[in-house]
Amino acid sequence: MKKLINKPDEVVKEELQGVELAHADIVKVHYDPNYVVRVDAPVKGKVGLLSGGGSGHEPMHGGFVGMGMLDAACPGAVFTSPTPDQMLEATKAIDGGAGVLHIVKNYTGDIMNFEMAADLAKAEGIEVEAVVVDDDVAVKDSLYTAGRRGVGLTVLMEKLVGAAAEEGRSLKEVADLARKINGQGRSMGMALTSCTVPHAGKPTFDLPEDEMEIGIGIHGEPGRTRMKIKPADEVTEMLMTPIIEDLPFKSGDQVLLFVNGMGGTPLIELYIVYRKAVEIAEKHGLKVVRKLIGPYITSLEMAGASITMLKMDDDLIKLWDAPVKTAGMRWGV
Amino acid sequence: MAITRDEVLSWLQAYIQVISENMEYLTELDSAIGDADHGANMNRGFQAVLAKMPSMEDKDVGTILKTVGMTLLSTVGGAGGPLYGTFFIQAGTKLAGKMELTLADWAAAVEAATNGVINRGKASVGDKTMIDALTPAVEVLNEAVRQDLSVSEGLKKSAEAAENGMKSTIPLVARKGRASYLGERSAGHQDPGATSSFLLLDTAAKVWANNL
Repeated sequence: MKKLINKPDEVVKEELQGVELAHADIVKVHYDPNYVVRVDAPVKGKVGLLSGGGSGHEPMHGGFVGMGMLDAACPGAVFTSPTPDQMLEATKAIDGGAGVLHIVKNYTGDIMNFEMAADLAKAEGIEVEAVVVDDDVAVKDSLYTAGRRGVGLTVLMEKLVGAAAEEGRSLKEVADLARKINGQGRSMGMALTSCTVPHAGKPTFDLPEDEMEIGIGIHGEPGRTRMKIKPADEVTEMLMTPIIEDLPFKSGDQVLLFVNGMGGTPLIELYIVYRKAVEIAEKHGLKVVRKLIGPYITSLEMAGASITMLKMDDDLIKLWDAPVKTAGMRWGV
Repeated sequence: MAITRDEVLSWLQAYIQVISENMEYLTELDSAIGDADHGANMNRGFQAVLAKMPSMEDKDVGTILKTVGMTLLSTVGGAGGPLYGTFFIQAGTKLAGKMELTLADWAAAVEAATNGVINRGKASVGDKTMIDALTPAVEVLNEAVRQDLSVSEGLKKSAEAAENGMKSTIPLVARKGRASYLGERSAGHQDPGATSSFLLLDTAAKVWANNL
């Protein structure tokens, strides 16, 4: 293992210390239990937005805390869901009297920990709603699996729902908006390399030099198929086709196209993918009205990319363009 | 002979050691079909339990197990935190106020704990989870109580049942948790959660082996 760390046990804490020093104008960091919270929390009368998940996906979620996006984020250990005590304390810290929305990615651990936290918060008199993100078309959604994973759409949801909460929409409106976004966005990812969890010390899976994994998750979980590596245009086609067919996206739809880097893939390659993805979208009659390109939901140092498409409308476009000031996403301010 | 409060503490001490020794093994199992964190997560949780051991020494078994459960809930994370947290909290609730346990007490506690895990995780036998090790052990424990077996005999049989249950997960296709994303590719690997559950009951059988 070759990593720029001190000790595996200290990775999350030392990262949080760095975040705290770097972004003191935007966030505060609370330790034991760990959470990153907006510097002006709780914002009176505004719905509080809380997300969280394992560490190793930076900038998600801590990098999305701030004006126009999340009110707090709970980081777990690397690739491990945070715990209910963290979520409860964070929920209390951001409750401005209008209730709190939990944005939960669909993983067994995250769901169970957030459910327990919501029960505890409700017992303390805080109104809590939860929405689950499950946008990964690589996973078969059936009664016989844990369901689709929450991946790239989470980033878009946090931005859009954050803007809606900032506008003063109610908890129910904000939760309904989040569910609507989940209903009309889809993602798929691929990996060129595995990644190494600091504690494990070796790659989560072996991927030979000339092979790639299609349908990868964001935790180094192996994907659904493995094949010889192909040129970027063919890989982009392999990601875009299932996304378009799944929703399905139809000719005339306006879309937000998000090309995400998994951590180890440079922007130069992401733009190559973006260029082909736009071409494919246009061939299907889709109009790319907004875009996002870069490493926003990563999987440590994994090389690879994911594509997310979200069907847009005037309200979503307005919310996307609204000001946001976080460590990981900032415009209009 | 009953299982004393001190023997319960010895069991916990021993399991903390077992988890620490098997951390890499559990992580290896989890790398194959999950996300390579089960060993480290369990070890972090049980090291936190170790730090709380001195404060538990004069408590009843119920309080001890509930303290273990709450500690795991706030330190393990992932699916293991709520599931093992629930396991110990439910067992502790069943054993509230007890300073020593009969085999029937233990069987009732493991059954309540297993039901708690089933309710939290919504898994059934055959889904390739902890439940595959726990449910057969509960059945065997209840049968041992009916047959009036000694504590050590009942525990030995329950550990064997859990071991068989653990091994039965190898050919299964996972239907819960992160392993289920792999579909057919999850077959051929032993479930890490079933393994840590077997180790829990196996440690009890070994530590309490002299209870006749």
